[in-house]
Amino acid sequence: MRGGAFRYEFLQAYRRRSELVNPVVFFVMVCAMFPLALGSNAQLLAPLASGIVWVAAVLATILSLDQMFRQDFDDGILEQMELSEVPFYQIVAFKILAHWCLTGLPLVILSPLLAMMLYMPSESYLSLIVGLLIGTPILSLIGAIGAALTVKIRRGNIVLALLVMPLYVPILIFGSTAPLMAAEGTVPAAQLLWLGAILVLMATLAPITAALSLRANIYGS
Amino acid sequence: MNWTWFHKWGSPKWFFQKTEALVLWFGFLCLILLVVGTVWGLAFAPEDIKQGNSFRIFYIHVPSAILAQSIFMAMAISAVVGLVWRMKLAHIFVQVAAPIGASITLLALVTGAIWGKPTWGTWWVWDARLTSTLIQFFIYLGIISLYQSIENRDTAYKATAIACLVGIVNLPIIKFSVNWWKTLHQPATFKLTEAPSMAAEMWVPGLIMLVGFYLFFAFAVLVRMRSEVLEREKRTAWVREYLEKKNVL
Amino acid sequence: MYFDSFADFIAMGGHGTFVWMAYACFLMVIIWNLISPVMRRRQVLESARRYWRRADAENQPPSVD
Repeated sequence: MRGGAFRYEFLQAYRRRSELVNPVVFFVMVCAMFPLALGSNAQLLAPLASGIVWVAAVLATILSLDQMFRQDFDDGILEQMELSEVPFYQIVAFKILAHWCLTGLPLVILSPLLAMMLYMPSESYLSLIVGLLIGTPILSLIGAIGAALTVKIRRGNIVLALLVMPLYVPILIFGSTAPLMAAEGTVPAAQLLWLGAILVLMATLAPITAALSLRANIYGS
Repeated sequence: MNWTWFHKWGSPKWFFQKTEALVLWFGFLCLILLVVGTVWGLAFAPEDIKQGNSFRIFYIHVPSAILAQSIFMAMAISAVVGLVWRMKLAHIFVQVAAPIGASITLLALVTGAIWGKPTWGTWWVWDARLTSTLIQFFIYLGIISLYQSIENRDTAYKATAIACLVGIVNLPIIKFSVNWWKTLHQPATFKLTEAPSMAAEMWVPGLIMLVGFYLFFAFAVLVRMRSEVLEREKRTAWVREYLEKKNVL
Repeated sequence: MYFDSFADFIAMGGHGTFVWMAYACFLMVIIWNLISPVMRRRQVLESARRYWRRADAENQPPSVD
């Protein structure tokens, strides 16, 4: 039953893959905008690279969040799922996982390429990738709460962005400073551990909160 | 334990009638305190040795910064009450406190910037406190825009309450991360106030202003809550009586 | 009074612009927080009045709540 629920989420997301590829394309394009705006000077770009990649990742995630529950909510499928025997928060957790697999993971995979294009020093690569690997699921988790809260709003995209962006600040800070520390030759253990702690916190709280928010939207007449 | 005092707050009518006199008292008291505090702070308190007269901004900056945080806490507590006990008044409180909180946070930010110019030489510094206040202001704006864009009122109340709770869980993490980011990027060079060595004649007006600010919030929030209660209950007999008493009908 | 003259009070030892700007912002926030609830209250009273005008014309009883 649970496996089925996850397979359904994944399949649904996969069928809408063109929508999900767009954020990834957006991510690459935003990263490419920075050298065009700031100049292609390697000395200038190298220290900024991790920040650029992280900001682009955050923006791309925000762009993709709106689609997390909307389709199923409009179809009424979400209401049926709420009534099914699988606990609703687990279904929500599967949805978040599927969302991350199809938008967060490609960003992580593409990030070394972009880091290279932005002249990031080679010592920083590992911490950038590990940071994104821990950080992008947090973006999906916090974003799921925002997406659940705004699922009924017709043009919820901008409200969702306003709501979620301030909450992304810690992840942005920890994620983008880790490669800088690594470039100076120190192991950015503190940042990555903090990201890990936030991930654990959000993995426990976010699916429940998002499920609660969705219920408020389903039953709020 | 007797919980009737708590359950009474579930009745909009009870609330409306009980707060009628209270609003005036709050308004009167906060007017006195704010006027006394302002005059004292502007004209009678001595100037700071280092900062000179620009120190007088302290008397609005610090109370507004403290109040901005308290309002968020109060909203979060109220959100819990609204979600757990389904108390409509608690939801109304969250909804009407948000714009007040946002305006007070903005005041703290703007006065901080104005204070920064003579003290630090620039309008804006990415100081840890200023930055986290800015982010708190963004959270307020997000909550307000969420409430305003959901059409169904009960859904909007619930969604706002949940957003408040998510905000309060994240706020300590945000504050910590910003603090930490600050120490990483540059050592702390500025201290806004030298609190311990402050003379009594300097902090007393600040305390008066702080109490005045709290009372002003209580006053503003009650006025707004009463309007919302009236709007919700406009079809009931007691509102009709109230309208007749006020010669509106 | 801490200041010797009114001119001193306005000048605030050279920091007058900043101090008065901050207090002007304070005043603006207070005024906004007074005006917007009053406007809202008027709007609510008006809508309640309109409701009851119509309800009375249709002999509709108040809802029990």
